[in-house]
Amino acid sequence: MTEVKALFRNEQWKSIFSMNQIQLFLRQVLKAVTLPLAGIIIFLILWQSVASNITTSLGQFPGPTEVWEQSKSLVAEHKQERVKEKAFYERQEERNAKKLAKNPDAKIKTRTYTGKATFFDQILTSLYTVSFGFFAASFIAVPLGIACGLSEKVYQSINPIIQIFKPVSPLAWLPLVTMVVSALYTSDDPYFDKSFLTSAFTVTLCCLWPTVINTTVGVTSIDRDLINVSRVLQLSPPVHVRTIVIPSAIPMIFTGLRLSLATGWMVLIAAEMLAQNPGLGKFIWDEFQNGSSNSLGRIMVAVLAIGLIGYLLDRLMLALQRRISWDKQAILR
Amino acid sequence: MNNSYLLISSVGIEFETDNEPFRALQDINLPIQKGEFISLIGHSGCGKSTVLNIVAGLYQATEGGIILEGKEVNEPGPDRAVVFQNHALLPWLTVYQNVELAVKRVFKKTKTKTEMHDWVLHNLSLVHMDHALHKLPGEISGGMKQRVGIARCLAMQPKVLLMDEPFGALDALTRAHLQDSLMEIQGRLGNTVVMITHDVDEAVLLSDRIVMMTNGPAATIGEILDVKLPRPRDRLALAEDPDFIHYRQQVLKFLYEKQKNPASPLSINSSSKNGETEHSSVSADAA
Ligand SMILES: Nc1ncnc2c1ncn2[C@@H]1O[C@H](COP(=O)(O)OP(=O)(O)O)[C@@H](O)[C@H]1O
Ligand SMILES: [Mg+2]
Repeated sequence: MTEVKALFRNEQWKSIFSMNQIQLFLRQVLKAVTLPLAGIIIFLILWQSVASNITTSLGQFPGPTEVWEQSKSLVAEHKQERVKEKAFYERQEERNAKKLAKNPDAKIKTRTYTGKATFFDQILTSLYTVSFGFFAASFIAVPLGIACGLSEKVYQSINPIIQIFKPVSPLAWLPLVTMVVSALYTSDDPYFDKSFLTSAFTVTLCCLWPTVINTTVGVTSIDRDLINVSRVLQLSPPVHVRTIVIPSAIPMIFTGLRLSLATGWMVLIAAEMLAQNPGLGKFIWDEFQNGSSNSLGRIMVAVLAIGLIGYLLDRLMLALQRRISWDKQAILR
Repeated sequence: MNNSYLLISSVGIEFETDNEPFRALQDINLPIQKGEFISLIGHSGCGKSTVLNIVAGLYQATEGGIILEGKEVNEPGPDRAVVFQNHALLPWLTVYQNVELAVKRVFKKTKTKTEMHDWVLHNLSLVHMDHALHKLPGEISGGMKQRVGIARCLAMQPKVLLMDEPFGALDALTRAHLQDSLMEIQGRLGNTVVMITHDVDEAVLLSDRIVMMTNGPAATIGEILDVKLPRPRDRLALAEDPDFIHYRQQVLKFLYEKQKNPASPLSINSSSKNGETEHSSVSADAA
C-alpha cells in the first residue's frame, strides 16, 4: 500500500516537473514573440497617427494601410507584366511558326521582351548588383587584409591609402567610375550593362575598407602562443595562413564582411537614384518624378523592402559565419 | 664540457624598450646531458621564460648562443618542442588533428600515412587521451588540454622537450597526476627535458638537476642543485624521505634567503596562482 502511495506521489512529482517545463517554455515563447510584436504594433499605431497629420503636395503621407494597398498593387502589376511577356513570346513563336510553314528557308527574328521593369525586377537587379560588387570587393579585401595583418611593412605602406579613401563617400566616385567604365568597357557585344558595372564598382569601392580593416585587426590579434607553435613546427607560409591565420581571424573577417555588405546595400540604392541606373533606387526616383497620388505609398513600400532585404542579407552572412566558423558556441549578433 | 648534448653558452639578452635597453639575462652557462631532466626555478619575472624562448629559438640572444649536438641553433624548429603554459592547442582542430598537424610536419617524408596515424594514436595513448580523439580543445578540461599539448610535443620526437610552467594553471590534484605521467614517460623514453616551474616540490620530484636563477635584471644562474634521488620516484614515499626534505630545504633557502624578493611570493606546492605577467603566453582562453 505504501509502495503504491509512493509511486503515486512520484507520478505527481513528474507531472509537476513537466508543468514547470511547460511554463518555462511558454515564458520563453512569450519573451521571444510578444515583446517584438508589441514593439511593431506600437510603431504601426504611431505611424498611422503621425501619417494622417501630414499632408504633402502629393496627398496624405502614407500610413500602414495605404502601404499595404500599394504593395498589393505592385504585386498585381508584376503578375500582369509577366502575363504580357508570356503573351509576347507566344505571339512571336506563332508568327515564326507560320513563316516557317510557308517557306522553310525563311529567316526568323526573335526579339527579347522589353517591357517596363516592375518593382520585383528592380529588387532582383539591385540584389544582383550588390552581390557582384560585394564579392568583387571581398576577393580583394580579405587577402589584402591578411597581408596587412601578417606584414608590418605591407601595413605601413597601405595604411595611409586606406585611411584617406575610407572616409570618401563612394557617391563621390560615381562620376569618375561612370566615365571610366564608358571609356574602358567598349565591347561590341557587352556581357554586362555599363550601368550595372558602374553601380557594382561603386559598391565595390565602399565594401573594400571595412573588410580590409577588420581582417587586418583579426590577423594581428592572433594568440602569440599559436604563432609560436607555428614557428616551432616551421609551418610554410601557405600552411600557416590556412591552419592558423584564417581560422583565428574568421570572426573579425565576418565582422568586416557584414559591415561591408550593409554599407554596400545602402550606397547602392543612393547610387542607383543618382545615376538613374536600374534597381530599387531608380524605382524610388521614378516614383518621385512621377508624382501620382500613389507615389508616396509606393516609395514607402520600397523603403520597407530595402530595410527588410538589408536585414535578410545580414542574417544570411550570419548563417554563413555559423556554417564556416569552428566556434559553434559563439554568440553571434 | 664540449660533449654535452645541449649547451647554453654565455647567453645574455637585452630587450629594446621605449627608453633604455633592458638587460634581462647575463652570462648564462649550462651544459645539459642527453636524457637529463632540468628544472629552472626562480622568482617571477627573473627571466626563466626568456631562457627557454632563447633555447627554443623564439628569441635571439644578444650574446652567446645555443649549441645542440655540436651545432649552433638560432631559429625555432621541431627538434626543440615547446609545451606552453596554456596548452596552445589550435581550438579549431580536434585533439587528434592537433597532434596530427605536428606529426605530418615532422614525419611527412619518413612515415607512411598509416604509420603517421598509428603514431598519433600511440602518443595520445601515452598521455591517456585516446578516449577523446575527436573532441575540440574547448570541450575538454584544462588538464586534458595540457596532456594533449604534451602528446603533440612527444610525437615530434624532439631532441629537447622545453616546458614553460606546464602545470602552473592546473589544480593540485590534476597537477600531481600529470607529474606522475610525465615522470613515467620520461623514464621510458629518456627525453631530454628543460622545465620551468615555480613549484619547489615539483622541481625536486622530477629533476636530475635544479637550476636556480638570481633575480633580474641581468639575471643569471645562482646555484645548481644535483638531485640524486633514485628513480623511479614515488611521491608518497618521498614525502617523508630525509634526502627529499633536504633538497627541498636547499631550494627554499636559495629562494627565500639568498634571493629574497618579497614583491613576488612563490607558491610552495600549493595551487595558488600568482599574478605573473606572462608575455610569452597570452591565455588562449581569455581571447
Ligand atoms: N619581449 C620582451 N620585451 C621586453 N621585455 C621583456 C620581453 N620579454 C621579457 N621581458 C622582460 O624580461 C624579464 C624576464 O621575463 P620572463 O622571462 O618572462 O620572466 P619569468 O618567466 O621568469 O617570469 C621581465 O622583466 C620581462 O619584463
Ligand atoms: Mg615565465
